Amino acid sequence: MDDEANFDDRRDAGPTQLARPGMTRRQFASVAAAAAAGFLLTACGPRRLREMPRAQLRQALRDLEQEYARTYGQPVQVSDAGPMPGVLFAYALDLSRCIGCRRCVYACVEENNQSRDPEVQWIRVLQMDKEKGVDFSEADPYYQPAEVPEEGHFYMPVACQQCRNAPCTKVCPTGATWTEPDGIVVIDYEWCIGCRYCMAACPYGARHFNWGTPSIPTSALNPRTHYLGNRPRSKGVVEKCTFCIQRARAGRYPACVEVCPVGARKFGNLLDPDSEIRYIIEHKRVLVLKEELRTMPKFFYFYAT
Amino acid sequence: MTRRHAFATFVLAASALAAAAAITAVGQPPAPGQAQRPAEERLEVPPPPFSDGIFPCTNCHASMLANRTRRALSEMHTDIVLKHDEEHRWCLDCHDADNRDVLHLASGERVTFEESYRLCGQCHGEKLRDWRAGVHGRRTGDWNGHKTYLLCAHCHNPHQPRFRALAPKPAPKRPTAR
Repeated sequence: MDDEANFDDRRDAGPTQLARPGMTRRQFASVAAAAAAGFLLTACGPRRLREMPRAQLRQALRDLEQEYARTYGQPVQVSDAGPMPGVLFAYALDLSRCIGCRRCVYACVEENNQSRDPEVQWIRVLQMDKEKGVDFSEADPYYQPAEVPEEGHFYMPVACQQCRNAPCTKVCPTGATWTEPDGIVVIDYEWCIGCRYCMAACPYGARHFNWGTPSIPTSALNPRTHYLGNRPRSKGVVEKCTFCIQRARAGRYPACVEVCPVGARKFGNLLDPDSEIRYIIEHKRVLVLKEELRTMPKFFYFYAT
Repeated sequence: MTRRHAFATFVLAASALAAAAAITAVGQPPAPGQAQRPAEERLEVPPPPFSDGIFPCTNCHASMLANRTRRALSEMHTDIVLKHDEEHRWCLDCHDADNRDVLHLASGERVTFEESYRLCGQCHGEKLRDWRAGVHGRRTGDWNGHKTYLLCAHCHNPHQPRFRALAPKPAPKRPTAR
């Protein structure tokens, strides 16, 4: 076969690029093992953040607050509120109610200080055909009719699904993204190097990159921010929905839940048997996106009727 | 039959009868005329969305005789167009004829406007059930604390409940080469 002939030629071509003159295989293996161990010890984002001395963390947050205050001309709070015990957040969206008005998209942009130019939107509403059902190849995010809902279509907003088995957290080379104990997948923007491997791994297109320096009008800034959530980001980092971590950890509903005019969005604590989320899962027809990938999202779509 | 056998048979029969009585008593629907379930506590809701100056209705209606003839109104309330089962119902099927400050259920029981969800729930029972659970309709407040309810009428115009279509906000910009 032609392949065999080519293979023999390559094998006789000389030493490969991996081997260096003077280094034995044993030396190479031990260096590689040390590098891997070092990588594992330093790349663990959540431990790095939690083991940082409190005073150092407080100082870092104050420095950030001062920097934002200088940039935006108003006092900005950066919170480091931790997860509440006994809480696992989940979200449910009623497909029979969503009319595709996109008020959630813009409420999210305002609440979470997303860049207006270049435009970053964490929620993407897909218009789908009722005849064809949930089919991503036929979904249209760029619909712009005079009025919604359009006849024969239904609407499916998609944002970070906060997967229990998240592919994005597995591929991050610096450990900049991880799942918090309350279920929110967070990003530490100081450690993100912008390689966008997580964006390639995410099957939902839920992560967004700051290709340019984010620009937020100073009058539109939301000054109540969280370190892992909606604080103003820099160019070259990835960002995504955090279930409004600055609101959820303070006991409030995310901005999209509160703004939805038809009440299609529900949010709550999966571990609370009296929550709306548990009621929905137990009594309604519930589905998750791309179930076959076993990402196990905590974002459930359901039909209330 | 010996006395022991007779006694055993008696005990068996008595317990069987008692069991049968217990089984038939439990799980029976309440007899007609009784309350189906204990009175539920009133839910805390914001004030009903009255039009300005329209409430209390008795300001005008206290001095008027109730005309129970089903008709299209021509003198007042002409701005209200009923599109809610209008073939079968009209104003006084929900509004109480004798006291216009309250509504009434099909049984004749009067309910205030703050409890109007009980009226809607007569026909839309599953929506009422979901609304009580917090699944139907908007909810603001705290997910782990005090939760507020909105009345049905805060979102749905009771005379024309179907939502009007909205203009969507702008679509996302398509990616372009810079």
